[in-house]
Amino acid sequence: MKIIVCIKQVPETTNVKIDPEKGTLIREGVDSIINPFDMYAIEEGLRIKERLGEGEVIIISMGPPQAEQALREAISMGADSAVLITDRKLAGSDTWATSYTLARAIEKIGDYNLILCGKQAIDGDTAQVGPGISSWLDIPQVTYVKKIRQITKDKAVVERMTEEGFDVIETPLPALFTVVKEINEPRLPSLKGKLRAKKMEIPVWGVEDLGLEDDKIGLNGSPTRVVKIFTPPPREKGMILKGQPQEAVDKLVEKLKDVVIR
Amino acid sequence: MIRVIKEKCTGCGLCIKVCPFSAISKTSDNKVEIDVTKCNLCSACISACKLSAIVIEREEEKKDFSQYKNVWVFAEQKRGVIQPVVYELLGKGRELADRLRSQLWAILLGYRIRDQAQELIYRGADKVIVVEDLLLENFLDEPYTQVLVDLIQKYKPEILLAGATTIGRALVSRVAVKVHAGLTADCTGLEIDSEERLLLQTRPAFGGNIMATIITPNHRPQMATVRHKVMKEAKVDSKRKGEVEVLNYDGKLGSRTKLIDMIDEVGKTVNLAEADIIVSGGRGLGKAENFRIIEELAEVLGAAVGASRAAVDAGWISYAHQVGQTGRTVCPKLYIACGISGQIQHLVGMQSSDIIVAINKDPEAPIFKVADYGIVGDLFEIVPLLTKRFKEVLKR
Amino acid sequence: MMDYLLTEEQQMLKELAHQIAEEKIRPVAKHYDETQEFPSEIMKILAQSDLFGVYIEEKYGGTGGGVLDLVLVTEELSRACGGIAICYAASALGTYPLILFGNEEQKQKYLPDLASGKKLAAFALTEPNAGSDASAIETKAEKKGDYYILNGRKQWITNGGEADVYVVIAMTDKSKGARGATAFILEKGMEGFEFGKKEDKLGIRASTTRELLFDDCKVPKENILGREGMGFIIAMKTFDVSRPGVAAQAVGIAQGALELALEYAHQRHQFGKPISSFQGIQFMLADMAAELEAARALLYSVCRMIDSGNTNVSKESAMAKMYASDVCMKITTNCVQIFGGYGYMREYPIEKYFRDAKITQIYEGTNQIMREIIALGLIKELHKKK
Repeated sequence: MKIIVCIKQVPETTNVKIDPEKGTLIREGVDSIINPFDMYAIEEGLRIKERLGEGEVIIISMGPPQAEQALREAISMGADSAVLITDRKLAGSDTWATSYTLARAIEKIGDYNLILCGKQAIDGDTAQVGPGISSWLDIPQVTYVKKIRQITKDKAVVERMTEEGFDVIETPLPALFTVVKEINEPRLPSLKGKLRAKKMEIPVWGVEDLGLEDDKIGLNGSPTRVVKIFTPPPREKGMILKGQPQEAVDKLVEKLKDVVIR
Repeated sequence: MIRVIKEKCTGCGLCIKVCPFSAISKTSDNKVEIDVTKCNLCSACISACKLSAIVIEREEEKKDFSQYKNVWVFAEQKRGVIQPVVYELLGKGRELADRLRSQLWAILLGYRIRDQAQELIYRGADKVIVVEDLLLENFLDEPYTQVLVDLIQKYKPEILLAGATTIGRALVSRVAVKVHAGLTADCTGLEIDSEERLLLQTRPAFGGNIMATIITPNHRPQMATVRHKVMKEAKVDSKRKGEVEVLNYDGKLGSRTKLIDMIDEVGKTVNLAEADIIVSGGRGLGKAENFRIIEELAEVLGAAVGASRAAVDAGWISYAHQVGQTGRTVCPKLYIACGISGQIQHLVGMQSSDIIVAINKDPEAPIFKVADYGIVGDLFEIVPLLTKRFKEVLKR
Repeated sequence: MMDYLLTEEQQMLKELAHQIAEEKIRPVAKHYDETQEFPSEIMKILAQSDLFGVYIEEKYGGTGGGVLDLVLVTEELSRACGGIAICYAASALGTYPLILFGNEEQKQKYLPDLASGKKLAAFALTEPNAGSDASAIETKAEKKGDYYILNGRKQWITNGGEADVYVVIAMTDKSKGARGATAFILEKGMEGFEFGKKEDKLGIRASTTRELLFDDCKVPKENILGREGMGFIIAMKTFDVSRPGVAAQAVGIAQGALELALEYAHQRHQFGKPISSFQGIQFMLADMAAELEAARALLYSVCRMIDSGNTNVSKESAMAKMYASDVCMKITTNCVQIFGGYGYMREYPIEKYFRDAKITQIYEGTNQIMREIIALGLIKELHKKK
């Protein structure tokens, strides 16, 4: 059973602050982490391997060279191997170009049964790359998977989260799933895993290794393009309602009562 | 590629401050340089530079898109009911179509669904394409994708809008790759640059700290998804007339995935997405039993109950209630945050609420910076008083 | 913190323990302190992360480190909760006798499960009438054919009832005095081996402390560690390498408390300023920080000494334990003071550190006994020179 998990290294937004005067982003010493939703994908891959008693979990990521750190973190959780896809020519890729690149990398690895992705990345928030990859590979997809009821090398029965509850879907494999937080609780890295991750050789593939077409990658390959970045108008300063609890509460209710009465 | 025009650069460093990827640094000759391995070409520096000293150079070949016309709205239906977000898209779509002097079409997939088409016309569509097939009764990724791709290739719409719902997002992402279109998710703003016939798609990034405007200059259709309750619903005009075209696929559709069951979770009355008022509890509550205080206030106000990640992680309430970066994003009319400190990951989930109220005993809590009204105090005292007072005032 | 020139592996280990402490232990510390429940879930997480085997040889399933590695983990865990940390460290106390004195069969039988964290260990010496005066133990072990029959009771055993493997010191020959005790390996479930009630403690309440009761408990002779008569030697040698663990716990607790106090002093405003701007508070913080660093430096040096193969470490090991625990009590007391009234309220986390700290001055040899060991060590060295 070959499982490929796609992960992305993202900035950790805890430390992202807004400069109160200029309203611009201050990003001092912000750490990079594995996209939180991808952690669930990695964990699910490991659980499937444990469930079936056999298999291989391969982690891939497209990003700048420092994304290697994220791959090593995934290996320290127990993944078997990893591949880094990086190349200056890939810079500026939107989700279309990214899903193309990742799909080609997956084809190069070949012979896979399942692709796992996190629901979305917390920096881009688009949730488009997963379905994009399955489109390129022309394999079935199920998004927002919250539970894998049954799984073998050829077939799976899963629960897809919906706004009302969930759908139960049966799909042949190979297929691609994007997973949500409800699916599991990611494990912490183990010491042996960390030591293994430190020593592991991670191959690096670039545009040439993957035989990518120039007009489908990077800035030129991206249909969408950002033309403007601006800070949203700041919320007007609010007021603190002072006084004894009952006083403050009365003031608040006075201000809100028209909003609340429908 | 991105490039600094050294002659224009004065080394003021404004670009360095705004770069979210720390990709810009000062050089020894007091200019700046950009590390292309870190640069994501997000253009924040270009916007910040007052001297236009940074440029992005692309190979530009203007393509002819005159064959593409009309604005399409994917009319998502579940169990035969058209989803409310569709009416909001029709409202916006009408505006866009008018600016482009073109038509607004709705695309409705389902089984025995054609009688729903009329409502779409009342809401502003000039034409509705209905595709009926047993396999389309409920959403399945592959047949829906196939139909939409075929329609796009046949009719060549200029713009396609869909709701940013579970279905919408899965569907249009797959379609976008197949038709080589640009797709922008979760737009909060859609405008037309009528000179270039470009759809200007505005959306938040970096958790809402920054807004980005995106275009798809060289690919058609220009696709965008929009969240529920962001745009205004189109009003019903029962005098409107329009065309309905019904297509069927004569069993030519296939699906490798099978829908075995659709299950509603009983008692899932949360629906944070729909709520006009949300009362949320956070770490300040201390334990699961104390959510009762939040629930009582919510009941009086007819509100949904939300929670911060801290409360969910502590096991005090289920994940369905979590508001924030890794939970739900909400924009109700009124959001009352009790015992929530207001870490950025929570804020990104609710900061676009119309009115934010914060109750926290820590005057330095970040939540007070986004709150329209705040009370510094013990929530165990304040919230019950609030419940009581609202009860009196609302006579409930 | 100073740079202690840790190896890359040790740095990794410290970071992993830190991550577990912050993400998994800190959020639940108060809960376990209140309920006194045994933190099995946390033990599972530590096991899954391979932390139980950091001081055990690779061939038995560990990662082949030494006392310093054990200390690094214990310290990080203690920063979040001294009680949960000792559940981990006490297992090492019960495992070290096997490592130091076990024969190959015993090591093969017990170490792998202890290294993987599948089983926990405990060490049982103390009795109602034998605390500092360990030679006064009354638990008897009578030889009968291929077995020894144990009768008696042990008191205040950490991990009692939770551990599967117990190293128990019992008297085999009263007439031989200090040479009359033997160390036995017992397993939970052996006939005649029962547990008493769980103790209700002032601090480290997440740790389970119980009586062990032996009523004609049959122990096979293969379960003797070393030889008959080696009991106290085994105990002393074990303490030499396990005392740094207590020092680590103390250093961790003090570090955790100091961090909380520092943050509080920065946030708390009185007389229009943060209290951290007042010299009185500043001097307290400075003294605490310096003493803590000294305790840590002493501890790590002792660990390195032990890990380099030195077996004559009783005096140094006692110094590390004594100094760190005394410093810890002092620091946690002052941290409560810095918190002022809030420090006295159970709602705030600092009072727990103060309660947890006290035991470090008492167990694994009281600090009074530590001073005796140090003094005797000094005198011995003096005689040697002459």
